[in-house]
Amino acid sequence: MSEPLLSVRNLTKIFGGLVAVDNVSFDVARGEVVGLLGDNGAGKSTLIKCISGVHAAEDGEIVFDGEKVQFASPMDARRAGIETIYQDLALANNLDVGANIFLGREVKTRRLGGLLQTLDDKHMREQSRQTLDSLQIRFPTLTEPIENLSGGQRQAVAIARAVYWDARLMIMDEPTNNLGVPEQHKVLEVIRMLKGRGVPVILITHVMPDALAVTDRIIIMHRGRKVAEKITARTNAEELVQYMVGARDDAMA
Amino acid sequence: MTERASRIALAHASTVSSGARTRVQRLILFLSSIWAWLFLALLVLFFVVAVPLTTGGAVNFLTVRNSQNILVAIIPVLLLGLGQTFVIIAAGIDLSVGWVMSLASVLSALALRSAFDGGVPLFPSVLIGLIAAVVGAAVVGLVNGVIIAKLKVPAFIVTLGTSFIVRGIAYLMSENTTVIGLPSGIRAYGNDALLYYISGPGSGLYFFERPEAKGELLRRMDAVLPYPVVVTAFVVAWAIFLLHRTQFGRHVYAIGGSMDAAVRSGVPVDRRVIAIYILSAATSGVAGFLSTLRFTAGSAVIGDPLLLSSIAAVIIGGVSLFGGAGTVIGTVIGALIIAVLTTGLVMLNVEAFWQFIVVGTVVIVAVLIDQSRDLITGHVRAGAAQ
Repeated sequence: MSEPLLSVRNLTKIFGGLVAVDNVSFDVARGEVVGLLGDNGAGKSTLIKCISGVHAAEDGEIVFDGEKVQFASPMDARRAGIETIYQDLALANNLDVGANIFLGREVKTRRLGGLLQTLDDKHMREQSRQTLDSLQIRFPTLTEPIENLSGGQRQAVAIARAVYWDARLMIMDEPTNNLGVPEQHKVLEVIRMLKGRGVPVILITHVMPDALAVTDRIIIMHRGRKVAEKITARTNAEELVQYMVGARDDAMA
Repeated sequence: MTERASRIALAHASTVSSGARTRVQRLILFLSSIWAWLFLALLVLFFVVAVPLTTGGAVNFLTVRNSQNILVAIIPVLLLGLGQTFVIIAAGIDLSVGWVMSLASVLSALALRSAFDGGVPLFPSVLIGLIAAVVGAAVVGLVNGVIIAKLKVPAFIVTLGTSFIVRGIAYLMSENTTVIGLPSGIRAYGNDALLYYISGPGSGLYFFERPEAKGELLRRMDAVLPYPVVVTAFVVAWAIFLLHRTQFGRHVYAIGGSMDAAVRSGVPVDRRVIAIYILSAATSGVAGFLSTLRFTAGSAVIGDPLLLSSIAAVIIGGVSLFGGAGTVIGTVIGALIIAVLTTGLVMLNVEAFWQFIVVGTVVIVAVLIDQSRDLITGHVRAGAAQ
């Protein structure tokens, strides 16, 4: 196997007296879907926030694409190609699909010899349409505020945004939460599609079937520590639950 | 599940929100989206019929002269409202605009007077007055913006505070509220019009120059597009461009729609917020400058009563106080509704105080209509959920 795209080494994050992430190491290879499993408060979210530039870790290092990185902000991480989709999606519900996909990186047209710059909404809408098409997601209209869209569709907009901006690593935080069953399937399908394109995904979830359905490998966390790492094909829900609740612990063994 | 089936399911889920509305609901949605225009049209229609009726045909509402009076009357409210439109769409509030306008009026009068007294010709002196008004106002906007964006103090508190500070400064600088002794020539800048039209015998059109008309001829002379109206129209056009066509405008909506999304999408939120408050102060500065030209005097009390009217115009025009929604044209309509109401009621000989009661009612009705929209669309506003 070639060198991993992301390599986390002995990462530790402390809040006050609480060790939220305790000496965690793991790799993510290109085109791999890695599940990050754990109960509430297990440290999953803190761990990915360290990777995506929200938190600075106290100790340990992150190697991305062969280079040691230290992101000062989420924007830094995004510029490097790490896109994180949080549960709240970070979309502006009063704007349309195109405006959301291009938010903060709007395409402009120069007018009057560069004196004025106007938004090129037509171009942005067209590009959005193409990206959504490539993910086989169809919306009746792209010109309405996204507040009229369903939860799954908004998730799709967030994913399309990451895809359009050439995400090299996608981190998804509980993406199937609060979705209807058909939409959950659609999201998992998009994850498979990303994998097919060689974009690795870190999937944070506490939903066992989701993790088993799309991941190649599963990392289980408990109270800030990585307690196990399993090849998905060689594990089962029962075993994973035991790790999640702390009944089993490979690191202690 | 197959890919095709899930795609159908996704498409189906999407149609629930828009497709399930009844015809009545859609009609209500449509009417509520254009109600301000409708209301303005009905209001004008009402006064067109009612004013001649109550005056026995002696007075008409929709004359050239009266329409120009209405346009002149909306200028300060509209200019204050334009900046406020950006601020409120970005989910902020600027309570300092009234006193900023006053300060700008005083500053422009002082600068203009000292320039002219120092031997600078009239027109450059007027420009110096304009620069003093806008720059002085912008400094207040900068202070507002920096404290709000960087120190995270709520806009309501910051702008309330600066409005008191600016009030004090305006009084101090004007040395007893009014700056007089301005060159009389500026009267023309503040009151003359682009076009004059004399009807009847001796009729004629005059561009850029007020004809020498006396007595009977003067009564038949109409001034069309007074200069302050032209200046305001340019500011409106610029505001429309800025809000609806540029990246800055898009960011204003994004900040008001979801501050969190804006920050995490890399929108330079702090810089934008600072610019929004500078802009709000600057349009108030232009209002102060125009009032100085109009009255040939700087006044430290001119802007204070206009704050609430300007916010009323913005709200009537459909800008959401929760942020994220609204248009520049809406605010123009809102300002027009207030001016038409005020002028019309005066012409109907209704006691002037009634205008406040009517405007207040319209503001509340405007918000109720907006909320009825939300009931139908199922849209929960960020602030309303608490």
